[in-house]
Amino acid sequence: MALQHFKTSDFDAAVDAAPLAMVDFWAEWCGPCRMLGPTVESLAGQYDGKVLVGKVNVDEEPDLARRFGVMSIPTVIFLKNGKEFERKVGVMPADAFTAILEKNL
Amino acid sequence: MLYDVLVIGGGPAGLSAAINLRARGKSVLVVSNPMEENPLWKAEQVENYPGLPSVSGAELLTALWRHAEKDGVEFMIGKALNTALAADTWYVSVGSDVREAKALVLAAGIVRGKKFPGETELLGRGVSYCATCDGMLYRGKSVAVVGYTETARKEADFLKGIGCEVQYFERPRTCAITGSDRVEAVTCDGVTAPVDGVFILRPTMAPTDLLPGLGIEKGYVSADGKMSTGLPGVFAAGDCVGGPLQVAKAVGEGLVAGQNAAAYVDGLSRKK
Repeated sequence: MALQHFKTSDFDAAVDAAPLAMVDFWAEWCGPCRMLGPTVESLAGQYDGKVLVGKVNVDEEPDLARRFGVMSIPTVIFLKNGKEFERKVGVMPADAFTAILEKNL
Repeated sequence: MLYDVLVIGGGPAGLSAAINLRARGKSVLVVSNPMEENPLWKAEQVENYPGLPSVSGAELLTALWRHAEKDGVEFMIGKALNTALAADTWYVSVGSDVREAKALVLAAGIVRGKKFPGETELLGRGVSYCATCDGMLYRGKSVAVVGYTETARKEADFLKGIGCEVQYFERPRTCAITGSDRVEAVTCDGVTAPVDGVFILRPTMAPTDLLPGLGIEKGYVSADGKMSTGLPGVFAAGDCVGGPLQVAKAVGEGLVAGQNAAAYVDGLSRKK
């Protein structure tokens, strides 16, 4: 499955059903978020069919950002069946994310 | 625009690298705090810079800065916060802007002081290093700004302007941040403020936060004889690679870093 763009309304159903998900909280005006964008997109392709990779725009979905206590962007949250088990804050190289994904596949 | 080289730090090492890069025809952007915030600015006399006995730090820094400007070096005032490498291009976030370059020279000086208790644990859960990046997530909330730079006041004003209630701590000696899964309070020099967020504004980011994967030895950035850090296209010079913390040593290393960054950029274009 390609990169998902979650809304508050469809987030829970999608993430609860996924054994492993990775969600990037971002905003248009955030420079570091734009830097991380291509990495997240390529991970969505690389882990197609294995990991649900998606993005949440914190301006459009402030409720989701609040629920997860996202107070810096970009923040990438990892979940198993909707339950958070790890998060990474700030721009990181792809390895930082693949290390977590590989360990939890 | 894609620069050939982006230099992080506008002190003697960074400016020496920039001047030598211009001498080899490379486009250069220096990202720096205002000149007056450089520690050298406050040096009343630099006694040991060869040929210029008893020049002041401010005079030397001004001369270096003017020289770089005359040679066509571009400047951006701000703080580099983050970097990412994709397809031979380095992306550097400066506040909420992004700049791109083929190579980097890290000449950001040294970071004084350790991180505060709770800072790493609560990063992204109320701890932030950039008001203009994360401020919008704190609208209507109370925040503390822990400022160690002249420009920190401006960031505090920005936060007030977007509707945050701001408590300002001016260069406190000690701080501790508390909270279980998000920031609940900060205590600086014995004063406790219950807050939702803490903006810690130091002159520079720790090198390993700026460039994950960077080698560190005895607290300094590791670099080889070519001032290469081992990360692709990343060179380092000046105080951040170790002592003596002197101008003459910094400008020498800046020259080496600049020349090798230029050679690296030439190598990239040959590859294509």
